[in-house]
Amino acid sequence: MFNFSKNITAWIFLSPSLLIHFIVVAIPSVLSLGLCLTDWNGFGKINYIGFENFYELFDDRVFKKAVLHNVIWTVIFLTIPIILSLTTAYLLTGIRRGQLIYRLIFFFPYMLASIISCQIWKYIFHPIHGVGNWLSQYGIDFLEKSPFALKETSLYAVAFVDGWHFWGFLVVVYITGMYQVDHTYYESAELEGATKFQKFWYITLPMIRPIFVFSLMIIIIWSIPTFDYIYILTQGGPAYSSEVLATHLYSQAFDRFNVGYSSAIGTLMFIYVLIIVSIFGILQKMGWNI
Amino acid sequence: MEYLMNFSFRSRDQIPNYIVLTIFTAFSILPIILLFLNSIKPQEEFGVNPLGFPSTIRWENYLDAWILGEYYNIFLNTLKLVIGTLILCLFSAGLAGFSLARLKPKGSNLFLIYLLVGVSIPAQMYILPLFLMWKQMNLMNTHIGLIIIYAGLNMPFATFLIRSYMVDLPEDLFDSAKMDGANTFQTFLLIAVPLSWPVFLTTALVVGLAVWNEFLFALTFIQDQSSKPISTILFAFQSRFENDWGLVSASAVMMVAPIAILFMFFQKRFIAGLTSGATKG
Repeated sequence: MFNFSKNITAWIFLSPSLLIHFIVVAIPSVLSLGLCLTDWNGFGKINYIGFENFYELFDDRVFKKAVLHNVIWTVIFLTIPIILSLTTAYLLTGIRRGQLIYRLIFFFPYMLASIISCQIWKYIFHPIHGVGNWLSQYGIDFLEKSPFALKETSLYAVAFVDGWHFWGFLVVVYITGMYQVDHTYYESAELEGATKFQKFWYITLPMIRPIFVFSLMIIIIWSIPTFDYIYILTQGGPAYSSEVLATHLYSQAFDRFNVGYSSAIGTLMFIYVLIIVSIFGILQKMGWNI
Repeated sequence: MEYLMNFSFRSRDQIPNYIVLTIFTAFSILPIILLFLNSIKPQEEFGVNPLGFPSTIRWENYLDAWILGEYYNIFLNTLKLVIGTLILCLFSAGLAGFSLARLKPKGSNLFLIYLLVGVSIPAQMYILPLFLMWKQMNLMNTHIGLIIIYAGLNMPFATFLIRSYMVDLPEDLFDSAKMDGANTFQTFLLIAVPLSWPVFLTTALVVGLAVWNEFLFALTFIQDQSSKPISTILFAFQSRFENDWGLVSASAVMMVAPIAILFMFFQKRFIAGLTSGATKG
């Protein structure tokens, strides 16, 4: 009996957060799961249409482009920022003075709001005021037009800005892992005459594997709902050249009020994230043995 | 000793490291310095000297931006959102974290799994139904409406962080309080919370930063110009004063300055809090 009332108190303590999270996340998510099977436009009658929205999605040219762009986005973030920040973190463990100040500077851009990072780089890539004009005095003219305004480069230019904001976060994450590596490994490797790269490849990387694999997971998960940078810098344009799932969904939802259709996109995003999380969950159970 | 070493520290060996690292830090920090320089540059100078130091410093850009952008009102809006979210989120996450760490009720694993699934749902999945719900409940364009959303979004993170700290509190303090006849809520408020102030501070900094910087939900749920917070106002400001770089940069610096100052005082907390998910696996 005593235990029973203890349990009740404990659940009363849990209830405020449960209630808030239910209202903000769980209920609308479940609604979305239901609405993706309808053709509702936010006002009229709600008609059940089965998987019609999903069939339509696979014929939607913009949707297919958006999927491709999300894949490109994921691949970019899984390579360039990771290589850069692993290198940086490793170099940081090799210096004696100034580690902290370097780390703070690397981390600071991660604290900036998306709107700020976007504004900084909008100026730098501005065709008249930015580096483009300055470089063209020396005959380097690839930045003469703003890369955000060109079909060929818009997606990569936005990814560059987001990457600039993000990579310092990875540096700090990796260096936290590297500090935990027992230094006797390095000492014995040094006695054997190992090079810096060999020490990195055979000692550091295997030792930080849990953190490294986890960073892969958050990058894959965070790449799917990416929205702010694209919406602020290009709005998905020009000519859908930087459209991603989140911006496509947003315009379907809030410009055209295609409730059913945008719920279908949201549901697909959720299923994808769920699959990724399960895969990594299984990997973790197996002790990261990949 | 934090500075475990992977090389023997001969200073000659470190020089290449310093060179590369300095180039990388320049990449990270120079754009931010440029933003600051632009904020004190007179408008005429942007044509002739877009990237260099301003030849005359014009602090009035800040005053102009403050007046033209009606920033007093905007910062008040933002501050309301931050403080409201902190109160609601820290209070409920504190209770939940305490319950999970100390009371461990039956089914608390279920709650943790629920939170883990909750954080992995992309916002786009539920933003439109939430929008329609908020419309029904007349919460659109209200700060309290956005505060509830922010509290919900940050709840899982705050609960996890507070729980992981409270798990390590010594049991005998709670036992002796119970002997003295304190009820569960009193032990929470009088023992667990005061002992856990460091984690509450860290959580407050991270959640506060998230609210200060948030864009998507502010864009969607506050369309009323006079209620908007700083992030979406800056978005509107950028197209309104598109080529007035001095004004726009000064506004941006005003948004960054409080963060930069707090970061100087609480670097370790910010970094530990923001990377806690990744580094604890």
